[in-house]
Amino acid sequence: MNKELTASQAIAHIEPGMTIGIGGWGPRRKPMALIRELLRSSVKDLTVVSYGGPDVGMLCAAGKVRKLVYGFVTLDAIPLEPHFRKARESGAFEVLELDEGMFQWGLRAAAMRMSFLPTRCGLASDVLARNPSIKTITSPYDDGEVYLAMPALNLDVALLHVHEADRLGNTLVRAADPMFDDLFARAAARCYVSAESLVERLALDEQQARLNLYERSLVSGVVHAPFGAHPTYNGSDYGWDSEHLKRYVASASDTDGWQAYMSEFISIGETAYIERVGGPRRISALPRPIF
Amino acid sequence: MTSTNEATLAELMIVACGEAWRGNGEVLASGIGIVPRLGASLAKLTHTPELLMTDSESLLVEEPIPLGPRGEFLPKYSGTMTFSRVFDCVWGGRRHVMIGPSQIDRWGQTNLSSIGDYARPKTAILGVRGLPGNSINHANSLFVPTHGPRVFVAGEVDMVSGVGYNPARWTLGMKRDFVDLRLIVTDMCVMDFGGPEHAVRVVSLHPGIAFEQVQSATGFPLLALSKIPTTPLPTPDQLTIIRRLDPHGLRAGVLKGNPPALRRAA
Repeated sequence: MNKELTASQAIAHIEPGMTIGIGGWGPRRKPMALIRELLRSSVKDLTVVSYGGPDVGMLCAAGKVRKLVYGFVTLDAIPLEPHFRKARESGAFEVLELDEGMFQWGLRAAAMRMSFLPTRCGLASDVLARNPSIKTITSPYDDGEVYLAMPALNLDVALLHVHEADRLGNTLVRAADPMFDDLFARAAARCYVSAESLVERLALDEQQARLNLYERSLVSGVVHAPFGAHPTYNGSDYGWDSEHLKRYVASASDTDGWQAYMSEFISIGETAYIERVGGPRRISALPRPIF
Repeated sequence: MTSTNEATLAELMIVACGEAWRGNGEVLASGIGIVPRLGASLAKLTHTPELLMTDSESLLVEEPIPLGPRGEFLPKYSGTMTFSRVFDCVWGGRRHVMIGPSQIDRWGQTNLSSIGDYARPKTAILGVRGLPGNSINHANSLFVPTHGPRVFVAGEVDMVSGVGYNPARWTLGMKRDFVDLRLIVTDMCVMDFGGPEHAVRVVSLHPGIAFEQVQSATGFPLLALSKIPTTPLPTPDQLTIIRRLDPHGLRAGVLKGNPPALRRAA
């Protein structure tokens, strides 16, 4: 069994109209090498499900988003994501804006093969009022409480990034916060994981084994992508690249700025990308952000 | 020698923010942004040591972490508070967060999503983030660096992200019992929701500010205590702690011109 794929082989499984979930959170541990490969492809009309950062901004800039399912889109140190804002303000995509916890609940419902999970989050807010597709449900017990019935967020494909993987599809995340990658993996029909390092077979001790977030049976393919989270923060390996993020943000204010960014950084391919942003030595030395 | 007469308005607001957590017990104190975070840290180091607090990333600390580059300071962790665990904590109700929304209305509803028409907003902000869940599950306070009618709107906020006390938004069977809006700390005053039917009320005015000024900077009618006290200046001890928690002086950049606390009285 060997699940190793190239990024383009993995991305070839994404078809127009599909729903794709992207792991990580804001500018943290995003599967950016896979996103860059998706940007190089001709696939469009995607429903994108993400705790959004530059992944969402770039897909918006490239016109690939038909519908966005999100609770926020931010670059943290730069709070407002300019390409997302531009697209959102021009009404470029359909919106399903969710509370962060509802979002988690939607993934969990999908992961458990349920149609919905009840929660109070979202009641009495415009998340409920502006999304007629979201319904409420009354408790069948004596309390009779009315809950929001958060519908399952079923994903066709999930894209995730990890520190280490093996060819069987076992993965390991060394960051202090696993975020919700496990739920993305469980909510998806197919899950592709990029990894800083790829080995034949992980052989871990007990402590390391705890860093495995989801079973390999959920993983359809693994892609060797050193620095594959750049320019986002890959705790504990390297910080986000503030300089590059500023360059990216500037591309939203120039005419043809996105096209220029695409040709300078994306179209050239992943190996050239890593060199263009300063190479392994510079990325390895990017300081972890201070919160 | 530190004189409290030299305190800045931002420092006065830090102390006022800290009051939001006084006596809260063992809740997770989440101060989002420079002033609320310093307020929460000050609360933990002075009147309410029971508070839980994180490094603002994903780990619990018992000693609040100073802002910015840490130099010799080495954080000591007491546990973990990943995003997933924060949500667990939110739903259990043992949390008190202070955030700075873009809009606030008379019912305490807040907006962090978008300004203008929802389909094609004039301004897209961040998104509702965790506001719907936070506001319906646990204590919330609000921070407003620029008190004005653009923040305190006349009608409802453009996109209700955090919920409040607007009866029209609550239909039969929805549980409102956990909605718990506490303080609003602005650059003019401190307010709460202590009026009839949770109406917003001015509970202290910053030095040199009159109630009428606050009212004219607010898009909805305000109530006031019969005799409104002045928001206290930071004590020398509080200033010492604030300076230790903010060694790079990031608090000086929060308010335009970094005015002194006594600016209008001078």
